[in-house]
Amino acid sequence: MKPSEAVHIAWEAIRKNKIRSLLTMLGIIIGVAAVIIMVAISAGTEATIQEQITSLGSNLVFVQGAFTRGGPGQPPQGGLVYDDAAAIQEGVDGVVSVVVEQFSTETVKAGDIALEDVEILGTTTGFPSVRDMELADGRYFNDQEIERNSKVAILGSSLAEALFGDEGPIGQYVTVSNTKLTVIGVFEEKGLVGNTDFDSRIYIPISVVFQKFTPSFFARIRGDSVRMIYVEVNPEANLDDIITQINLLLVKRHEVTLDTADFTVTTQQDIISTQESTTSAFRSLLAWVAGVSLIVGGIGIMNIMLVSVTERTREIGIRQAVGVTPADIRLQFLTEALMLSVVGGMIGMVVGVGGAYIFGSLSNMRTVVQPASTLLAFGSAAVVGVFFGYYPADQAAQLDPIEALRYE
Amino acid sequence: MAERKIIETVDITKIYGMGDISVEALKGVSVDIRAGEFVAIMGPSGSGKSTLMHILGCLSQPTSGVYRLDEEDVSRLDKVQLAAVRNRKLGFIFQAYNLLARTSALQNVSLPLIYDHASPMSAADGDGRAREMLELVGLSDRVNHQPHELSGGQQQRVAIARALINDPVVVIADEPTGNLDTRSGIEIMNLLHKLHERGTTIVMVTHDPKIAAHTQRTIQLIDGLLDNIVHNQVSQVSNPTFEKADAK
Repeated sequence: MKPSEAVHIAWEAIRKNKIRSLLTMLGIIIGVAAVIIMVAISAGTEATIQEQITSLGSNLVFVQGAFTRGGPGQPPQGGLVYDDAAAIQEGVDGVVSVVVEQFSTETVKAGDIALEDVEILGTTTGFPSVRDMELADGRYFNDQEIERNSKVAILGSSLAEALFGDEGPIGQYVTVSNTKLTVIGVFEEKGLVGNTDFDSRIYIPISVVFQKFTPSFFARIRGDSVRMIYVEVNPEANLDDIITQINLLLVKRHEVTLDTADFTVTTQQDIISTQESTTSAFRSLLAWVAGVSLIVGGIGIMNIMLVSVTERTREIGIRQAVGVTPADIRLQFLTEALMLSVVGGMIGMVVGVGGAYIFGSLSNMRTVVQPASTLLAFGSAAVVGVFFGYYPADQAAQLDPIEALRYE
Repeated sequence: MAERKIIETVDITKIYGMGDISVEALKGVSVDIRAGEFVAIMGPSGSGKSTLMHILGCLSQPTSGVYRLDEEDVSRLDKVQLAAVRNRKLGFIFQAYNLLARTSALQNVSLPLIYDHASPMSAADGDGRAREMLELVGLSDRVNHQPHELSGGQQQRVAIARALINDPVVVIADEPTGNLDTRSGIEIMNLLHKLHERGTTIVMVTHDPKIAAHTQRTIQLIDGLLDNIVHNQVSQVSNPTFEKADAK
């Protein structure tokens, strides 16, 4: 039998049972579409995270305070202080600049509008550079303004919108808690980075935060505590060496050991690899779940092919009487199973790619259709068809012609 | 004139099952059928006539003995070789017509050709040949009809056309009139006689002595053994009295 003949016979058989064939293919359609959409979602998430992380710049070291609060009336234990930053700047080779940040959560008012629980981020002049923030309007504060505790503020884009709407906020006043600040700038929209919304915050000189929002009795003794120190390093410098120097310096300053350190030093690379391992685990989990639905689809094909062989026993007998060989019978039913899975796979590709685009445009999740995984899903469908079609096809090939002709 | 032997069996037996529960369906049957003969195989139920037909039709193998079809020993062939023999040398006509449902007469007739590995025919040539066969059985106006659109007699004629398309050395007919009314039965018998006249060798299995009487010889089986061979009077198949005799 010519392969074209096998395809023709298989196609006729599928066409004669339209509904059944479609239902059989549905398992494969869902399986292939699921693989494509799942992979597109996780690839989209991964791409977004990658872009956000690389937008931070790769020559940054993050020093974060592992802050332990003291009991009532006790001083807080550990954590970073403002002077640590200066010490790092001076005591570590290869450091270009340091930026510190400390924040508080306050109520912000402008005119009639009052917003509660707004993050007030006190920082230094290098902040826009290390966090890759651009000004949309106005200017950033300078070192003199930090020294003089100037009551100035730069607004995140969505906060500016919420407080002032279409009016130009530059030169206007915002009241944070009881402190009146002059708006001197507005940042461009930045979006979410990780879990942090950069656009809903208010940025002010760190000295004002120390003075107005996080004054502490203990600050006189220990120095003002800060949440984070960004260390911008010379790209040529040895990063590991710098990390070691920072660790040694802070251990000495805080009078702790490396095991009891009240701070952590991480790099951009650490964050990237953590994210990568999380997303790749997520991606392979999704792919496995989708793969299982492909196998379920294959079992559906096997089930229907077994029914089909039984139903068509007489037809097989007739074909045997006119001289079909077992190999031709096997080829015919295998072709039918393969065709169900390949047609199902093609419909699944269309549904999957279309679904990924529609999902990407309707939700705020980004989807990136991966050509390789699309082809892999389709290829798997074809393999599933052959694998699960072989047993029924072989059953058909093994039929005894006399028994088959007698079958009612 | 001694035509060459198309079918020659030598002492063939067929045993179903094993050990104590085995049944000996054929106990040593030797028959010769020569080219151009029209032969009936008769016998009551359980006489082994179906078993013999299956072996002659290469649908099963004898347990022992030799079966030569067209001077070739086919009694030890495997499944694949038997399929090829059926495809090239045999034509079947069944009681229940056994046409493929929802498939046109033309496609039913050309079915054996698609399984011919030895000398594959193009689809166009196959269709042409199938049309010739349908014309031969008087159905040139029913080429594209499907079985459910045809009467029983017409379906059987499609089956006959299918049996002839590979130019078989012998046509094996199993109760070809069994499912038909008297008139259609007569038409089918006339068609078989016409084919016989054209030189086709026909072996017909039947339990009906009246039908068997229309052949040249009747081979009778009882209990798996050849009982006797009757040489029928009505061997002149073109005898115009045949139709009258049957019409009664």
